Amino acid sequence: MGSQGGFYQSKEFLDLVKSIGEARSKAEEDRIVLNEIETLKRRISEPDIPKRKMKEYIIRLVYIEMLGHDASFGYIHAVKMTHDDSLLVKRTGYLAVTLFLNEDHDLIILIVNTIQKDLKSDNYLVVCAALNAVCKLINEETIPAVLPQVMELLAHPKEAVRKKAIMALHRFYQKSPSSVSHLVSNFRKRLCDNDPGVMGATLCPLFELIARDVNSYKDLVISFVSILKQVAERRLSKAYDYHQMPAPFIQIKLLKILALLGSGDKQASENMYTVVGDIFRKCDSSSNIGNAVLYECICCVSSIYPNPKLLESAADVISRFLKSDSHNLKYMGIDALGRLIKISPEIAEQHQLAVIDCLEDPDDTLKRKTFELLYKMTKSTNVEVIVDRMIDYMISINDNHYKTEIASRCVELAEQFAPSNQWFIQTMNRVFEHAGDLVNIKVAHNLMRLIAEGFGEDDDNADTKLRSSAVESYLRILGEPKLPSVFLQVICWVLGEYGTADGMFSASDITGKLCDVAEAYSNDETVKAYATTALMKIYAFEIAARRKVDMLPECQSLMEELLASHSTDLQQRAYELQAVIGLDAHAVACIMPSDASCEDIEVDRDLSFLNDYIQEAIEKGAQPYIPESERSGMLNISNFRNQDHHEASSHGLRFEAYELPKPAVQSRIPQTLIASTEIVPVPEPMYPRESYQTTMPSIPSDAGSAELKLRLEGVQKKWGRSTYTPATSTSNSTSQKTVNGTSQGDGASTVSSMRETYDSRKPQVEVSHEKQKLAASLFGGSSKTEKSPATGHKAAKASSHVVEKSHVPKSSLEVASEKATPAQQPPDLLDLGEPTATSTALQLDPFKQLEGLLDATEVASAVNGAPAASRSPDIMALYADTAAGIHNKNDADLLSGLSNPSVTNMPGTTAMPQVTQSSSKGPNPKDSLEKDALVRQMGVNPSSQNPNLFKDLLG
Amino acid sequence: MIKAVMVMNTQGKPRLAKFFDFLPVEKQQELIRRVFGVLCSRPENVSNFIEAESIFGPDSRLVYNHFATLYFVVVFDSSENELAMLDLIQLLVQQTLERCFKNVCELDIVFNYSKIHTILDEIILGGQVLETRSTEIMRAVEEISKLEAATNAISFIPKSASSWLSR
Repeated sequence: MGSQGGFYQSKEFLDLVKSIGEARSKAEEDRIVLNEIETLKRRISEPDIPKRKMKEYIIRLVYIEMLGHDASFGYIHAVKMTHDDSLLVKRTGYLAVTLFLNEDHDLIILIVNTIQKDLKSDNYLVVCAALNAVCKLINEETIPAVLPQVMELLAHPKEAVRKKAIMALHRFYQKSPSSVSHLVSNFRKRLCDNDPGVMGATLCPLFELIARDVNSYKDLVISFVSILKQVAERRLSKAYDYHQMPAPFIQIKLLKILALLGSGDKQASENMYTVVGDIFRKCDSSSNIGNAVLYECICCVSSIYPNPKLLESAADVISRFLKSDSHNLKYMGIDALGRLIKISPEIAEQHQLAVIDCLEDPDDTLKRKTFELLYKMTKSTNVEVIVDRMIDYMISINDNHYKTEIASRCVELAEQFAPSNQWFIQTMNRVFEHAGDLVNIKVAHNLMRLIAEGFGEDDDNADTKLRSSAVESYLRILGEPKLPSVFLQVICWVLGEYGTADGMFSASDITGKLCDVAEAYSNDETVKAYATTALMKIYAFEIAARRKVDMLPECQSLMEELLASHSTDLQQRAYELQAVIGLDAHAVACIMPSDASCEDIEVDRDLSFLNDYIQEAIEKGAQPYIPESERSGMLNISNFRNQDHHEASSHGLRFEAYELPKPAVQSRIPQTLIASTEIVPVPEPMYPRESYQTTMPSIPSDAGSAELKLRLEGVQKKWGRSTYTPATSTSNSTSQKTVNGTSQGDGASTVSSMRETYDSRKPQVEVSHEKQKLAASLFGGSSKTEKSPATGHKAAKASSHVVEKSHVPKSSLEVASEKATPAQQPPDLLDLGEPTATSTALQLDPFKQLEGLLDATEVASAVNGAPAASRSPDIMALYADTAAGIHNKNDADLLSGLSNPSVTNMPGTTAMPQVTQSSSKGPNPKDSLEKDALVRQMGVNPSSQNPNLFKDLLG
Repeated sequence: MIKAVMVMNTQGKPRLAKFFDFLPVEKQQELIRRVFGVLCSRPENVSNFIEAESIFGPDSRLVYNHFATLYFVVVFDSSENELAMLDLIQLLVQQTLERCFKNVCELDIVFNYSKIHTILDEIILGGQVLETRSTEIMRAVEEISKLEAATNAISFIPKSASSWLSR
């Protein structure tokens, strides 16, 4: 029976399969297979093997490889089989190579020639076999070798060949659009092929082409509609029927194409209404494939310019799906509902009970789909219920991928719609507790910032309360074992900033807890660093308040441990802590002002505060600073005494980057300030070098966020000052923002559009009390529909705000990146600016708006550089005693040495144009932002494929 | 586009695997194992769809169907319709394999490995559904079968592999 159909296999193969099937353990199976491999290796290289045998060996090899074993020794034999004259052997060879080899395999070169020959064969089966191989094995480089033949085959008399040739051409297009871009018109031509099968095959490449560029194919709308009409009216031969449906796969593809073409195009959509309506009516909803077509109709209807009648039909089908017993149909129903509520939100209400049923269904797939739907319909009235449910579900699952997704959605919803601060913090705590290591670190930084800034408004009292409650909840949560690292960082930071602020807890309470944390999570350096900095803050606040500081014994032992730590970061923090504790109240208050984490920081770019100090140094005989333009060669950073010596020694430390042309950069100086100011407080010889090195590689790539991030991390480590932690977090999140910006922006905008149009509804039908309650909380509520004009206003306001904030000149690159990413931000921002959401402040906070708008470096420099700059006189004074005359001189040199190299090393080529352009391009970002705001006001979301252009009309 | 078609038995043994974009053998094995892990944890009477993003990366869905001792799995992206993919499995199993083998069973698939591949090649090419008429598929397969029967006469491969290699 195994040999039915003529695909004969030998007894040996049957035995092999059987013995593998009967193997009781993986080890036994492996043994059998290894044995087989040995046999095959021996046999396959014997001379004069009968073709039949050879074919069977190759099939056995394929089988072995499918089981996960290496069969590469036989690849060459498979390749050789493709050269055979016998179709049977050749086909087997092609099958084997398509399964064995990837398109870049070395052996492909041996096949290309054969393929070329076979494509010209008279036997269409040979041609088909070759085309199969072409689809799998031809890569960008080899496309030209077979392209002419494939093009000829598009006109082959056999329809099976034409179909496959189209697929091959499509494959070429996927692999290298440019290599066949001049040939795409052939797809259009083949659309008129007189064989429906070929026409159907053409739809695949056309779908992809249209998805990439809708506008060039608008002229085909009429053709597609008429084809769909003919198919739906059963004009095709009976052979195309499938379960009594006329060519359903062709219908589905056509509907998908129409959905793309009709999206946001009223005129095109009007051509489609009749045919889609017909299909709705004619479709057989009892078969699976009939429902597939119906579902595709709904997708189409929700994508094209809305038509009330079609929407009604779509809603009917959805309710049929949702009422069905089949989970598959329920799933499709939920998915379709998610699409349709975008344009007619009121239909969600009639299905609320079905939705809740799906939420409690044992089917995980269905549940997830339902959560997706809920996510789309969240608004401020139901956010509590939805997020609560999502978190419960998140806790219940193990799949990290999905856990991460839900966690980030919870965070997103909570940030947007939080009804109260209390709730927000509690929600975040839950998310962090259960999925802390999975959420983006940025979320943690946002939370810290929120707590630090409070909620805007002038109600300091409320902010204080919020902080107290946060501190209280964190002290409680610290009792739990095994908290995620990110969460601990938040906790440490908040305890450090606000632990003692309201006087409820004494410094020793808080420091005790912090020491416990550092001890309990002793192998997590980041947490330890946060804890150390928090300790420093607590002590600094105590000193500043002129209270007596008693260091707890455990704290002392922790410090001793850290002073000898292998991590330079921890070590530095510990030393800083030690130094701060030894200072007097006034100095401490300057270094570590209380609750100043979100104060604006001014950068003194000219370092004018150093003038006195320099004057003094020069009077003592120090060398004056030589501007870089007046110097030749490079500076020896650590010790240069005179010009000659400098010239001589410079060879030892030469870096080629110093040779670059020197731009006269004014606006870039802040960058150098980071480096230079860093060394001022802690004049340890290793620092300048280190910071210099971390700065260097990153500067050349202004656009490369990954590298920027790298550098910023370096900065953070260097700084280690608690007051500046939020600043560091901002810069970190900036770089992340650039990475995720687009997708987040998308999500946010969809959600906001949902919320704007989604309206609340009247009371519901009678059902079990509990469900009714849930339904009411999910779907009910009395939120008003927000009008989009308000949105537009907000966007404009937000963007102008942003522009105001960004007083640092922008480079052309920044302008570009602004278009790419932050252009998506405004919806985000305006959602936060919404009056009902209390989290206004969070969204309007300047850091956030700066993100992406400013070059990350500049944000960092603006924030990091300034405090040190303005405060360093104090610190300088502190260290002045220890600094010897020569030392002073070196300091000055250090500064200059540091600032100059980094200026020079800024890619002369890129930095220059940026700076020069920055002045002329200045207004551009503003323009683009305003344009964006305007576009949004009109309801067009440029980032999505289906702009909700007509939301207002339907609203 | 369709990313992969897999057939595995209820013990998780792969019976057929066809990936339309090349993947190294180890990766294929891993994916099959993970898919099986998800499949066998599914309760009875639930939907045939699984969100497969955690296994196959973004924008991937999975449809499976269970026949006797076999799972048939199709992995695809958002340009395909889930229900239609479910029907594609039906088409493969009930309209094609059934006709080829009459009461198709796991052994048929194992023993006629290359034939199943031939059938699949007729239905799906380069990740796109090419043919859904079972009569056409059957006809194409029959033609190849006939050819196979015709060349049953034993012939020898003229040169040994080694001599060919040294060319």
